[in-house]
Amino acid sequence: MRSQSISALAQSLRAGEFSSVELTREYLDRIAALNPQLNSYITVCEESALQEAELADRRIRGGDAGLLAGIPIAHKDIFCSEGVRTSCGSRMLDNFIAPYDAHVVSRFREAGAVMLGKTNMDEFAMGSSNETSYYGAVRNPWHPERVAGGSSGGSAAAVAAGLCVAATGTDTGGSIRQPAAFCGITGLKPTYGRVSRFGMIAFASSLDQGGPMTRSAEDAALMLEVMAGFDERDSTSAEQPVADYRAALEQDLKGLRIGVPKEYMDAALDEEIAASVQLALDEYVRLGAELVEISLPNTHLAVPTYYVVAPAECSSNLSRFDGVRYGYRCREPKDLEDLYKRSRGEGFGQEVKRRIMIGTYALSAGYYDAYYLKAQKLRHRISDDFRAAFEKVDLIMGPTAPSTAFGLGEKADDPVNMYLCDIYTIAANLAGLPGMSIPVRPVDGMPVGLQLIGNYFDEGRLLNAAHRLQQESNWHLATPVTSE
Amino acid sequence: MSLKRSEVEKIAHLARLAMSKDELDAVTGDLSNILDLVAQMEEADTGGVEPMAHPLHMAQRLRADEVTEEDRREQFQAIAPLTEAGLYLVPRVIE
Repeated sequence: MRSQSISALAQSLRAGEFSSVELTREYLDRIAALNPQLNSYITVCEESALQEAELADRRIRGGDAGLLAGIPIAHKDIFCSEGVRTSCGSRMLDNFIAPYDAHVVSRFREAGAVMLGKTNMDEFAMGSSNETSYYGAVRNPWHPERVAGGSSGGSAAAVAAGLCVAATGTDTGGSIRQPAAFCGITGLKPTYGRVSRFGMIAFASSLDQGGPMTRSAEDAALMLEVMAGFDERDSTSAEQPVADYRAALEQDLKGLRIGVPKEYMDAALDEEIAASVQLALDEYVRLGAELVEISLPNTHLAVPTYYVVAPAECSSNLSRFDGVRYGYRCREPKDLEDLYKRSRGEGFGQEVKRRIMIGTYALSAGYYDAYYLKAQKLRHRISDDFRAAFEKVDLIMGPTAPSTAFGLGEKADDPVNMYLCDIYTIAANLAGLPGMSIPVRPVDGMPVGLQLIGNYFDEGRLLNAAHRLQQESNWHLATPVTSE
Repeated sequence: MSLKRSEVEKIAHLARLAMSKDELDAVTGDLSNILDLVAQMEEADTGGVEPMAHPLHMAQRLRADEVTEEDRREQFQAIAPLTEAGLYLVPRVIE
């Protein structure tokens, strides 16, 4: 498989060393050989990918090529792509051909990227193992009996196994960072509002955020440059100017203050994961950074708070799927209520139904104050913890996940146990802060992620810190052995 | 916190979800476990804390009240389960 960076590939394409059609064909062949085993793609767009590659080749020869001209990428199947099935991992949308492009998809088209296909994901992005997908679980490229993480498990596995150069993902409670950690890649969840949510199928609108999943921080900077920016079609899109992420990469880390939350590195954390995280932190000290112990005292409340806020918003967002305008419709409904109930009952899987029901309950008459209002107040306290921390430090670092990738089926029957997989990632979503996961020293041959959390709109500093570590170490260069 | 089977049936109705007897049995336990997790919120003091609706405390941006969408009915109805003469069809509501 290819190990070059996006910018090296782009340079080779411009120099005419190979064409985008050749490169795209190479990836399509690799997908054909490996995807049956990994299940990282739901839909492969062979024909349109080759057409897009041909167009990119013409543009490159003509000298008016975009930033990612001819680079084969994949989109999580939560982003609407015109004329291509956009399933969101659900039976509900198995027949849904999107009539328009998501903002993110159109930005990549404008940049000249080639869309290889749409990647597998937990149904409606609800899950931490990719096992809730209507299309089956994704297998971890590092171990065929382990999960790839979720919900962006297909994108993570595809990047790790070299089935695309880079991919997009979305993160509502850790869905970019946790699968990135499990598959040994780099994943970035930007500040809430940094990347437009237009055309990105909604799960929990005050938490959802799209971001890049790549083999390096350098690639992530380039991808984010394409994705980020104001979009008037998303009412919560940030009007903040987009920073020059690539220019920020090389900055010196001398004097960087890194906060290490004692609640993340406590006795409950697996010893070997703690040791891998510590090894990376020591490397930062060698690069001139200073470690500061900090406290995020409301950490233990993040998961409970999230499991009110996210289901409440999901129950509202998913009410649009009613069997009337698009998507799955039950056979022979006897009346309108039967049409709604059976279309939804048959179209949604177990985890989605559980979350809709929790949200419906939390928002129902008499329970609103005890659940939703209480959760919103705790959300404030959780984000105040970060506000206080960022007065003392520039970045926060710790583990991305409490374990390495677990076994397929291991947690599938225990929702609460599954929810606790996101114990370190959820708080950044509640606060709206940018977070990142990069590979550090593996444990028993399985990847481990270091999580970096930055201040609002400080993606440049996250990418800078991640890039400098990747220049000094080779953890991110490790690739799984996959047989073709 | 443990939910009664009848409460779960009511929630399923409110959420317009048809569920089999087996599904309802399974989900009753699951929802109770999730509510136990959520109950950890109760111990936390939130006196004087403002609820947070938007992560960046921003107000929703408003736009001018003008028609900006173009008519794409044909395209949108092409993916609908059942339409006729530009209308979405559902089972008869009024006899």
